[in-house]
Formats: sequence, C-alpha cells, structure tokens
Amino acid sequence: MQTLRLALRNILGAGLRTWLNVIALSFSFFVIIFLQGFYQGMNDQVERATIDGLYGGGQYWQERYDPYDPLTLEDAHALLPQQLQTLVDKSEATPILIHLASIYPGGRFQSVLLKGIDPSQDVVSIPSSLLRPSGGVEGDDGGIPALIGSRMARTTDLKKGDELTVQWRDVHGTFDARDVTIVDVFRTTVQEIDNGQIWIPLSRLQQITGMPGQATMVVVKKNLQSPGTVSGWDFKSLNFLLSDLRMLVRSKTLGASILYVVLLFLAMLAIFDTQVLSIFHRRKEMGTLMALGMTRTRLIGLFTLEGALHGILAAILATLYGLPLLWYVARVGWELPEAIDQVGFALGERLFPVYTPVLVVGTALLVLIVTTIVSYLPTREIAKLKPTDALRGRTS
Amino acid sequence: MKKRSKGPRPTPAQDVQDEILISTKDLEKIYPLGLTTLKALDRISFSVRRGEFVGLVGPSGSGKTTLLNIIGSLDAPTSGSAEVLGEKIESLSHKEAAKLRNEHIGFIFQTFNLLPVYTVFENVEFPLLLQGIDSSRRTKLVMDALEWVGLADRAESKPAQLSGGQSQRVAIARAIVKKPELVLADEPTANLDAANSHNIMKTMVELNRGLNATFVFATHDEKVITYLRRKITLVDGRIANDEVLKQSARKVRSGRKSRR
Repeated sequence: MQTLRLALRNILGAGLRTWLNVIALSFSFFVIIFLQGFYQGMNDQVERATIDGLYGGGQYWQERYDPYDPLTLEDAHALLPQQLQTLVDKSEATPILIHLASIYPGGRFQSVLLKGIDPSQDVVSIPSSLLRPSGGVEGDDGGIPALIGSRMARTTDLKKGDELTVQWRDVHGTFDARDVTIVDVFRTTVQEIDNGQIWIPLSRLQQITGMPGQATMVVVKKNLQSPGTVSGWDFKSLNFLLSDLRMLVRSKTLGASILYVVLLFLAMLAIFDTQVLSIFHRRKEMGTLMALGMTRTRLIGLFTLEGALHGILAAILATLYGLPLLWYVARVGWELPEAIDQVGFALGERLFPVYTPVLVVGTALLVLIVTTIVSYLPTREIAKLKPTDALRGRTS
Repeated sequence: MKKRSKGPRPTPAQDVQDEILISTKDLEKIYPLGLTTLKALDRISFSVRRGEFVGLVGPSGSGKTTLLNIIGSLDAPTSGSAEVLGEKIESLSHKEAAKLRNEHIGFIFQTFNLLPVYTVFENVEFPLLLQGIDSSRRTKLVMDALEWVGLADRAESKPAQLSGGQSQRVAIARAIVKKPELVLADEPTANLDAANSHNIMKTMVELNRGLNATFVFATHDEKVITYLRRKITLVDGRIANDEVLKQSARKVRSGRKSRR
C-alpha cells in the first residue's frame, strides 16, 4: 500500500511526462476496444443475417447433397420422410429443392441455382410470399414467378417485371426450358440466397423437374429443440453451417489484429522508453532512496508499479471519454461504404459494433498485464545498481 | 542482524558517551581502474564514540567519501573490518544494510538529494514511511524536525522553491527526523555560501547536543572544520592525523541569534 502511494506520488509529480504517456496509452486502449467491437459486431451481424436468411435453426441435407459440388445436385433430392414432413406441416421447417439451371441474360450464358421454396413459409427471411399466385403469373400455362436478390439483379441487369428463359435438365436428363417472370428483387445482405440464384415456388420446381414432393434440404426453425436423427438426411447444426463464415470473418479481422498488435506495441514502447529513461535519469534519486533505507527489491517494485500505474490511469482516462463514445457508436451504428458489399458476407448498410464486458474488461486486463511486464523489464537493471554509484548518478 | 532498541538510552551520561559507535580496523578499499587498481583506503583504524562531532578532513581523493560510504553501509570494504552500531558492515546483506540505514543512520549529501516531486514535508516524511510509522505520528515527527531546522512554514513548498541553504536544512531534517544514532554528512556545505554554511553547521551542532546524535562529516571546507570537536585528517587513504578540537561551543553560542 505504501509502495503504491509512493508510486502514485511519483508519477503524478512527474506531471506532463506522465500525462503524455497516459493519454497515448488510453488512446491505444480505446482504439483496440473500438476496433475489436466492430469486428465482434460484424461477426454477430453476419451470423444473425445468415441465420435469418438461410440457416434457421439448422438444416437437414439429403445425404447426397454437397454444396461444394454442384454435380451432386442431380442426385441430391428425395421425398421428405414422415419425421420431416411433420415438422413442415407444423410450420417448424421448410423444404428447399435445388436444381442446376442456365439463363441467358443479355444473350450470355450463365449458370444458376434454381431454388424452390414454399411461398407460405416463415422459417427463413426470404420474402417467399411474393411468389404466391397473383395477376395470372402462377399456373401451369402462365409464366413462373421468380424472385432474385439485389446482387443477382445487378450482375444480370434484371429488374422487377422482366421475363427470362430458364433452361434445365429434368430428372430423366431431358433438357427443358420455361420463361420465368421476376416478381420482385429483394434486398438482402446474405449472399448465399442472392448471387447466382433464382427462387421460384417449390411446387413449380418439383413439377417442372419431375420431382414431386422432393427436396434437397429442409431448414428448421430457429431455436427448435432437438430436431432428431432422420434416416437418409444429415442434420447440419448452426455451428457446422457457420464455420466457413466464421473463418471468413476471422480472415477479414486479421488486418485489425495487426493494427491491434501495432497499437499495443507502440503503447508498450512508450512505457518501456519511459521506464528506461526513468532509470537513467533517476539514478541519483534511486541512490538517495537506497541511502534512506529502501531495499533494491522494493525499489524495483516501486518503479514497476509506477509503470503499471500508467496503464491504470490510462484505463481510467479511456473509460471517461471512451465509454460514452462506444455506447453512442454501438447505438447508432456505423454507415458502411458501398464497397463493403464486396467483402464476401452479409453486413448491411450499417454496422453495429458490439462491446461486451468480456471484450472491454479483457482488453483492459491484457493491456495492464503487458504494461506491467514491460515496466518490469528495464527495472531489473536496478538490481545491479550500487548505492554509491547511483548517488553519483552513475550506472554500475 | 541484531535488533537494536530505539527506546530510552542508558541514563548514566558517561556510559553513553563512552559507548563506541563506529570502529574500524585495518580497513582497505581498492577500486579496479582499468588494468591497474586504486587503493582509496589504506589500513584505516579508528573509532568514534556516541555523541561525537567528528570530521574526516582531507583533500579531494583522500578517501573521505569512501570511508563515509563504508561507515554508512552504502559500500563494503575490500578488506579489514568496520563495525557500526554493533554491525559488521562487511558481512551485512543488502537487506540488512538497508535496514541499518533506515533505522539508525541519517545521511546528508553535498547536493542535498531532495526528491524533486515531493514537497518539503513529504521529503522529510520519507524515512518514516519506510519504517511504517503511522500517519499521525509521522506528521508530528516531521513537523518537529522542520521546527528544529526552522522550516516549519515551508512544509508545503517543493524543493525547487527553496534556496540552497533551505534545501540543505530540509536534508538535515530528513536525516534527523527518525532520531538516528548516527548522522553522516558528505560535504554538507560545499554548495552553500559562507553565511548559509555557518547556519547549517550551527544547526547541526545544536542537533548533536539536543538529540545526542553522533555526527561524522566528510569535508575539506575550513568553515566546517571550525565547528568540529574532532578532526581526522586523511591523506592518500591513510589517517595522517587525529586530533581533538575545542572551538565549536563558542561558535554555536555566538551564532544562535543569527541562524534565521
């Protein structure tokens, strides 16, 4: 306690030198937490949007389905077993049939995934209700209503009301083609339901491909308890489905981590520098303290504590100006530039950073621990210091 | 290290005066100097009794400060022995030496060595903080010490706001605040003008009498020498002369009125 009081007295007495260090360190505290909050927010936002848009509470995949091999789609479909059909009937799950198809926007060939979804489902956030019969679009003889996402519309130059020809091979391997009408272009941040995909009513896709009652996957509702095992269908949990996305987010956060390390390094350099300078400039003071009866161990403790106190004062300062700022940014979000759309995952127009107590306290603790270690390293020189040399202002 | 009592001293004055506080025998200190060596102290043997006011006098390089540092347990001899307050300096650990300095020895330096970020009060308080004395007692002892040196009204000043003479008086207060048995002063007047030098020396003579503390000076300042009761002259690391002087009492009596 006494050493703490002395250390506090010393660093407060050092005036501007202390406060410059404290301000620089507090800035590092703030920026590190600020950026980490953004990436935490990005992670949360991407996961939430993807869960809402496609993953729900998990997915049952037909056992031959492999999303990384489009050729498997030809065989990856089956009738819904009773267990899954019951979930669908209770609106706790929705089946999706996926089929390879081709379109020719602007006369150019493009491979797409034709996806069938029940227009009345509310398991995922795709606006499938727009595929309900209206205005004579629905029906065996009329065009097939289709939904596309905004990115798909942009890349194919399609818009609401456009008609386009879709070509596919049915279950017997025969090529077939029909016109579909774009009934709406929906705005989504989830690329997995947007890029290269056309959504049509499930019953129509089953009909035109000759796969009545069949599906490639079944998405279950969020928070559905223990969906259970179904023969011929593999349940993919959210952890499994989100793993790729999380890796992608992690790779995007690498840049921030480098900044994190650079900032921490700069802050620690300032502390290290201050400590080294202190030890060289205050040798006479150390000699005096030894002459007055302070042991070397206590002297090392005093100087280490002085360095560590910079970290504590910085944390207090960062709290004073940082917490209101973090709270404000977390509340109003951060408007994202258009270019951010290209990062490869769902972000939306605004990013809402997330500052959890674990993030804030964890970062603060990490910085304090590193500050203390960095403060201690130069003070080991004191152990070699002879009181007589120190009193003359010399190093031993 | 033996535990030394800080309680009342023995009452028979003569016994106390006869007690030997410092005793050295064949003390040598040799410093390595490149490929050769420098003998700073050469077979120094002498003793100092409690309450003495003694000066180690000699030109620069004669070994005064080295001897004072060894007596103050800031340094260890190369050979020989130095017994201070019953402790063998050469066999003390760093921790034991620090304890001896903290509890029983006060230091006064040529350049005052005040801690610049502390106030006068805090500077004087420092040795008591190390001893773990409680706050109210600390305050009383510090204010008493500042009264002795006539600086009670400057308790809240910073060292930078003091003159050289005032700074040295703060250093004296810091040295005597814990009522040490031994006060070691290394060239205490070297950075002061003549008037301040006399004032400082008068203060120390008074404290020597009032507190019965033993004072040992390292000096080559003639003004200091006139106040000494014993002068040990060092030349080239050896004791060239050890004589008892008698003029200090007169100096103190005549200077008492003009100190402040």
